[in-house]
Amino acid sequence: MTLPSNPTDFTLADARAAVSSKKISSRELTGAFVKAVEAARPLNAFVTETPDRALEMAAASDARIAKGDIRPLEGLPLAIKDLFCTKGVRTTAGSNILSNFVPPYESTVSQNLWDAGAVMLGKTNMDEFAMGSSNETSNFGPVTSPWRARASNAKMVPGGSSGGSAASVAANLCLAATGTDTGGSIRQPAAVTGTVGIKPTYGRCSRWGIVAFASSLDQAGPMTRTVRDAAILLKAMASVDPKDSTSVDMPVPDYEAGLEAGVKGLRIGIPKEYRVDGAPPEIDALWSQGAEWLRAQGAEIVEVSLPHTKYALPTYYIVAPAEASSNLARYDGVRYGHRAKDARDITDLYEKSRGEGFGSEVKRRILIGTYVLSSGYYDAYYLRAQKLRTLIARDFTQAFQKCDVLLTPATPGPAFAIGEKTADPVSMYLNDVFTVTVNLAGLPGLSVPAGLTAGGLPLGLQLIGKAFDEATVLRVGRAVETAANFTAKPERWWRAA
Amino acid sequence: MSVDKDTVRRIAKLARLALEEERVEPMVQELNGILNWVEQLKEVNVDGVAPLTSVVEQRLKMRDDVVTDGNVADALMVNAPGGEDHFFIVPKVVE
Amino acid sequence: MSSNGSKYIQGSTGPWEIVIGLEVHAQILSNAKLFSGAATEFGAEPNSQVSFVDAAMPGMLPVINKKCVEQAVRTGLGLKAKINLFSVFDRKNYFYPDLPQGYQISQYKNPIVGEGEVLIDLPNGETARVGIERLHMEQDAGKSLHDQHPDHSFVDLNRSGVALMEIVSRPDMRSADEAGAFLKKLRAIVRYLGTCDGNMDEGSMRADVNVSVRKPGAPLGTRCEIKNVNSVRFIGQAIEYEARRQVDILESGGTIKQETRLFDSRAGETRSMRSKEEAHDYRYFPDPDLLPLVLEQAWVDEIAASLPELPDEKRARFIQMGLSAYDATVLVAEKESADYFEAMLAAGADAKASANWLNNEYFGRLNKAGLAIGDGPVSATANSAIVQMVSTNVISGKIAKDVLDIVWAEGGDPRAIVESRGLKQVTDSGAIEKAVDAVIAANPDKVAAAQAKPQMVGWFVGQVMKATGGKANPASVNAILKQRLGLPEEG
Repeated sequence: MTLPSNPTDFTLADARAAVSSKKISSRELTGAFVKAVEAARPLNAFVTETPDRALEMAAASDARIAKGDIRPLEGLPLAIKDLFCTKGVRTTAGSNILSNFVPPYESTVSQNLWDAGAVMLGKTNMDEFAMGSSNETSNFGPVTSPWRARASNAKMVPGGSSGGSAASVAANLCLAATGTDTGGSIRQPAAVTGTVGIKPTYGRCSRWGIVAFASSLDQAGPMTRTVRDAAILLKAMASVDPKDSTSVDMPVPDYEAGLEAGVKGLRIGIPKEYRVDGAPPEIDALWSQGAEWLRAQGAEIVEVSLPHTKYALPTYYIVAPAEASSNLARYDGVRYGHRAKDARDITDLYEKSRGEGFGSEVKRRILIGTYVLSSGYYDAYYLRAQKLRTLIARDFTQAFQKCDVLLTPATPGPAFAIGEKTADPVSMYLNDVFTVTVNLAGLPGLSVPAGLTAGGLPLGLQLIGKAFDEATVLRVGRAVETAANFTAKPERWWRAA
Repeated sequence: MSVDKDTVRRIAKLARLALEEERVEPMVQELNGILNWVEQLKEVNVDGVAPLTSVVEQRLKMRDDVVTDGNVADALMVNAPGGEDHFFIVPKVVE
Repeated sequence: MSSNGSKYIQGSTGPWEIVIGLEVHAQILSNAKLFSGAATEFGAEPNSQVSFVDAAMPGMLPVINKKCVEQAVRTGLGLKAKINLFSVFDRKNYFYPDLPQGYQISQYKNPIVGEGEVLIDLPNGETARVGIERLHMEQDAGKSLHDQHPDHSFVDLNRSGVALMEIVSRPDMRSADEAGAFLKKLRAIVRYLGTCDGNMDEGSMRADVNVSVRKPGAPLGTRCEIKNVNSVRFIGQAIEYEARRQVDILESGGTIKQETRLFDSRAGETRSMRSKEEAHDYRYFPDPDLLPLVLEQAWVDEIAASLPELPDEKRARFIQMGLSAYDATVLVAEKESADYFEAMLAAGADAKASANWLNNEYFGRLNKAGLAIGDGPVSATANSAIVQMVSTNVISGKIAKDVLDIVWAEGGDPRAIVESRGLKQVTDSGAIEKAVDAVIAANPDKVAAAQAKPQMVGWFVGQVMKATGGKANPASVNAILKQRLGLPEEG
């Protein structure tokens, strides 16, 4: 193994090998990332940096390594999306209403990471309450993607809602990061920043301690630079959690084990409904290329149909806001979070605290959600959407009788400029058109960087698997990664800034 | 179906969201944009289709009847914008 | 239900019928809350029995307490109700400071228990049937204290998340008495089952009362819901006030507005709750943090097999033992009374004699002393011994009361007391004959009178009992007297 000269260029797997074999200390590695984070402030990828804690954790890891007591992620610095509650470290969910909230508890997923020896660099910026596809709804300002279009200085979005995590991974500000994905919030930013992101099967990672957006859809997952790194991090994040009623009681497999097994004999489904009108030809071309890569490695390509695909996004925009309207009712200024001053009475306190505490996208979704659940509209909207969800899930079940994994584009296009799509909510929502189906059906989905647009911006391909078959998804993802040989990295323009 | 200003005011009240009067009309437009777009779900015949309740196919897990939690009043008050003697304080509620 | 005319209330336009339905909230007896591991004990320090889940901190999730589910099923079985093997938890969304989540987890469309029934025992000795519509589980809210500060309310979440059963009756009751009898019976059933302590003072049981009035035979009128009435007495007062109010409105040409009202126990009246006037729209939907609750029939069967004997069955068995319906009803009304009674029988006493003894002697003393049966100073074994000594003619009924007084005041074993204080009944006929002869000799005038008027023999019995310090067996005294006076055995 030849290691990169700059430790921040390590993959998670490289760093694991280097740290555990004492080629580099965790403190040295962590120190390099702390500096990188600091230097990358123009990207606004972090809401809270925790350098002191990072170095302390690194020192503790070095002490364990000295004793030969090495855990799976010993001494490896990660960034945590600011939706995961971290004990004693401010957790904002990108919102003004939680801008001073310091949880007295640690989310199960982040606790799993610390138990595995990982080091926390800080909390990454995100769309407010994970509602957004561009990281522009954050109360702490938008994240700027490290990527720029060729011959352009325009600031691009990193995707969202896990935009800070995606930008951090793409800009080598951490070895890997956690994300959460309700309608595409891991896979879409991963795709537009040239990184790898997997949303596991619903129930694979515990939701306990993650600020809820839409409970039936939310799922945590890793954001990394390679498919192998995703396999490593997913193993550490996933668990069976007695504190989460929707955490599924299945042992967590070793996702790395079968990673290089290849795709020979696997049937790869191509869902014809993912070919949408008006999509850039580059997207279609990349998709065909992806299928070709897999065929060349011995996979069988089969066309399948997911007839209700076009209804997934509108279904999502009923179900997710409905759940969110209820999940966000707890932010009332009473027990924690922003409280408005000079409230006349309790109702005034609620209305003002929430009015001041939530941004406009969150308000919009709370109102939509409240409306679709309200008396007289429940059947027409919410109940119908839940029925559509049954049909969408059934589509996948039927498709998986003919294939093992589905291959689709990850996004309908590359990153766009900051401010370009903020005027029209629906056009913004369309960014999730290829990712949202997977959340509705609870299936695992992986975004793998597969190429650049003519303008030099990354694009990804998505692999969708059967429930709890992350291993096969990652294995096929590894095959795509190998074939795509995506080595492009953004220029570090922010260091000059 | 579409919403008007009164409906927006009513649901904002239901959701306890202060909405400045000048935001009401734009919100009507935005919500109607979304509602018109989701209207396409009406095309689908959902007769006899059961609504999806959960994608998780397992029995609801249950805890034993053992006291394992509580006695964290101090920690509960750490983030409380109004807290006194382990009570949360709110403006007087009139019944 | 009998169409007893006395149930109607009289208005200026004629009789009106009251129609009553109850929604009873009963706190499930459990150590921990419905969805968290915090304790349920009453009266703890503010916010001490609150977990991060109960305070609805961000990212916290509910996990259901199995015992609470079992208790709900047990109660359903006790109400002879249908147990739904598939039920769903919904969110009921509304804002209130003591509702930290901004929603209550409840069961709306698919409750765990369906239709059942309760037989109520009316003061006139009749039994009536009240239908149960459903029973569902839900979270209790916290408590807002409004009297601590002029401008602020104080919120304590200790009760937040405690498991409740909401038991909804059919509108089958027609008077305050029937509503009271229903609540008493329901309370007895859950206490027999051990699913709720029935403690109304601590709020473990409270009722929302739906009241409407109609002309006999007319369709149902518009109802008002009186919230959170917490005693049988207040329920009676609230119903009577509310029915009268509605009759007055209707008779003066008004209409009843469907609304939520509050019972003010100090003023003895109901009044509109303005704060609840705002249109409710609870936006129920299935809680996505939970899965549907699916029960195994085998588990339900197991619970059914472990059900204790319930008041109605116990009452029937007591009647078979020879108790009067009245005595049996009184004994089963409180589980502790029935248990006490059965402990007396287990210690050897006769059923009917024990029932009489308890209802005529012991319960009266307890009432006078203001004691619950569990707090009384005389054990079931001691009372059993006293009753047995009467039955076997060891002591007389009169002495029995004295023995009870002694045990009440000083404690001790009744048999030893009778022995050591020489309270045993005299059954030796020689000694009785001697006493009889002495009384006859001393009262020659009365002898003639008694021979003419045999009822006079009672006077002689009294004299003999007096002479023997109450210890002579009254039957023997009677027989010997009659013989000596030459009176016939019968009469």
